[in-house]
Amino acid sequence: MTGRFSREAVIRWAPLLVLIALVILFTAINPQFFSLRNFARITISSAPALMVAVGVTFIILMGSIDLSMEGVISLTAVLFCMAFVRFGGNLAAGGWLAMPLILALGAGIGFVNGLIHVRLRIPSFMASLAMGFVGTGAAVLLTGGDIVKVDDDVFRGLLTYRVLGFPLMVYVAVVFLGLGWFLQTRTTLGRNFYAVGGGEDLAHASGLNVRRVRIAGFTLAGVFYAVAAILQVAKLGQAESVTGANFMFISITSVVVGGVALWGGVGGVWNALVGVLIVNTINNGMVVIGLPDYVQDGMLGLLVIVAVVLSTDRRAAIVVK
Amino acid sequence: MYQLAHVDKKFPGVHALKSVDFQIGRGEIVGLVGENGAGKSTLMKVIYGAYQPDGGQILIDGKTVRFANPRAAMEQGIGMVFQEQSLIANLTVMENIFLGYEQQFVRFGVINWKAMAAAASAQLAKVKLEIDPATITSALSFAQRQLVELAKVLTLEERVQGDLVILLDEPTSVLAEDEVKLLFKLVRELTARASFIFVSHRMDEVMELSDRIYVMKDGAVVDVVARGEKTVEQIQHKMVGRNVDKEYYREQRQIPYDAGRELLRMEGVSLPGRISDISLTLHAGEVLCLVGTEGSGREAILRTIYGMRTPLTGTVTIKGQEITRFTPRNAVERGVGYVPRERKIEGIVAGMNVYENMTLSQMGRHSRAGVLRIGGERALARDWISRLSIKASSELADCGNLSGGNQQKVVLAKWRSGGSDIMLLDHPTRGLDIGAKEDVYDMIRDMSEAGVGIVLVADTLEEAIGLSHSIIVVKDGAIQKRFDCQPGAKPSLYDLLHYMI
Ligand SMILES: Nc1ncnc2c1ncn2[C@@H]1O[C@H](COP(=O)(O)OP(=O)(O)OP(=O)(O)O)[C@@H](O)[C@H]1O
Ligand SMILES: [Mg+2]
Repeated sequence: MTGRFSREAVIRWAPLLVLIALVILFTAINPQFFSLRNFARITISSAPALMVAVGVTFIILMGSIDLSMEGVISLTAVLFCMAFVRFGGNLAAGGWLAMPLILALGAGIGFVNGLIHVRLRIPSFMASLAMGFVGTGAAVLLTGGDIVKVDDDVFRGLLTYRVLGFPLMVYVAVVFLGLGWFLQTRTTLGRNFYAVGGGEDLAHASGLNVRRVRIAGFTLAGVFYAVAAILQVAKLGQAESVTGANFMFISITSVVVGGVALWGGVGGVWNALVGVLIVNTINNGMVVIGLPDYVQDGMLGLLVIVAVVLSTDRRAAIVVK
Repeated sequence: MYQLAHVDKKFPGVHALKSVDFQIGRGEIVGLVGENGAGKSTLMKVIYGAYQPDGGQILIDGKTVRFANPRAAMEQGIGMVFQEQSLIANLTVMENIFLGYEQQFVRFGVINWKAMAAAASAQLAKVKLEIDPATITSALSFAQRQLVELAKVLTLEERVQGDLVILLDEPTSVLAEDEVKLLFKLVRELTARASFIFVSHRMDEVMELSDRIYVMKDGAVVDVVARGEKTVEQIQHKMVGRNVDKEYYREQRQIPYDAGRELLRMEGVSLPGRISDISLTLHAGEVLCLVGTEGSGREAILRTIYGMRTPLTGTVTIKGQEITRFTPRNAVERGVGYVPRERKIEGIVAGMNVYENMTLSQMGRHSRAGVLRIGGERALARDWISRLSIKASSELADCGNLSGGNQQKVVLAKWRSGGSDIMLLDHPTRGLDIGAKEDVYDMIRDMSEAGVGIVLVADTLEEAIGLSHSIIVVKDGAIQKRFDCQPGAKPSLYDLLHYMI
């Protein structure tokens, strides 16, 4: 590859450049922005969102969409708290058992989600949206509208125990990001996501089991949503039926702003990471420099449009005869 | 009148056009030939405004012009006839013809469909296509869509004052012989109004139609030949830089197949509306050609074997096992490979790189417990890139950016490298230059020697005769006749045609 600025290179690096520019901008306006404390704050708010974004990235790579995250997170978060309390209320005594349980539950919900989408041939956005409502509903039913608390110091150590200034949960998110990256680049499953997203007919004609890939994708996403739920509980110390609120907008915005193409086949978990950081940096920076909410939203909206426009142009150039 | 001077175009890692000089006069038909990846399509894209050159000039009647996009080029009378993919399948023919130019039919904000239909009919008449302009495009045949494309471009006649230049990039690759004749007749008639640039890998067609031929190699024009000035062999020599083997189809390498080992058997297979009562057998090392006209059912037979269609009656037996569930996955697991004719849809994934495409159907072989061995994949891809001389900057190149012929080579390598021993090849040499065709013919002989059974739908009858051990003629979905094709005792074109129509 030559060092020239091809459109593809611009698209690949633009999100990162935007992130860097934002950091410089906010720092220039308020130098306090550029501090370890503030970065820790940004990463804490990013960690659960990143897990959701990574999960949904796999789905978007396949050219589908998953809108179930809010309901799934609420339900798994609530159940996590309940299970945690049931198993003794602290991590060492048996509360840890709640973690694999909830991850498996996330996988189960995702699996059902995928199954409904594939077997009943319901468009993924509809199937997953319905699934999300079911999740929220179940969470309301379970809690009766109450808040379930977890106050175990060891578990909350995810938030309170810091290494190099960042809380443990940030490292947990990084580990799962690494896992996502491994799945994406090094496994047949990851390759299959790209194949299905890049050309479903072709994937089918190459002998791939497209339905199985789709179901696997939704299952995997469910696991990541469950991780997000656990991190969110660690962050807040409690769960309720609205714990998952807002994650849909944040995660999908992040993925798109990060440069994952909505029609599938292009992008990956790094884009999700950069996107999540952009979104959270904007949210944080606006607060730090003292701008009102609606400007934040406006800015995010603008970024989404720019991101989509940029990546759409790329599509036109992709098929060459 | 239309001229390119020292035009340069670079892509990352590829110098696609090197100081190309090109001109075309009024009413002239110019042929453009060259190897796969020589830069023909890129040159066309520069001409019709899809790419902007990095250097050099575009001149019309001596004046420098610059096209920001294809529409700007169209306004200057330059139109591109795409292959049928560029029509929008769920729109009607007339909507497609006037796509983007509906304004002329709008009165008080609504489209006057009657006027549009009348205008569309007038356009269709130019290409002698008698169809209802309100037909949904997806209902048309390949050839009809191609003509609709041409009709669409010919709307330039009314819209533009000056001369027209119409580009045809491999327009004949999906057409049957008589349809090609029709197209050529039309093109000749239209030279009264337009000049044509014509890209094809079929040398006989280029020689027949063109007044002058530009020969490209590695992004540069290496020769310009006037009609009748040089022979096909001389031009091919220029194209590939060496002599082309006379023994084109490698007949001397045809060895008898292993009649004792049966790989595939179809018995009484029927698909309503497509094929009826098809029975055939394929042996190890056999090259079996299906011959017939477009729509005669050849493709349906291949697709049934590959599990993309489930027959209503009859049985398909692969290596002694009767197939009960018809899915491509099942077929691939039994060692069947399929090179489809529509490579853009079913051949390669644009956006994935060369090695990812090559191993797509065989990921199991390159992974353990779901974890890929990428080093091995890349080594394999590098090997095939050199064996088939695929023009790609590396195994990491995006397949979507390869030239058409090189994409085809990737598809071939994908199945061959996967070790499939029943190969279904639908027009495997479509879009390949002669050098690459030779490679494919060699590959077919290699596979045959290695005991692979091949079902082939060839690009031409000559190819079918030259390559095959046996030929089955299909007509209207039924088998008409089976020929044995021992070297030296092959059926003639005439023998086949007799049963085809
Ligand atoms: N958008 C692109 N990005 C990068 N490389 C490209 C792009 N388009 C074409 N190329 C490269 O430019 C070279 C010329 O390609 P082009 O499509 O013009 O070949 P061609 O002569 O039409 O070949 P074919 O006969 O196989 O269709 C090839 O090496 C191809 O890989
Ligand atoms: Mg081409």
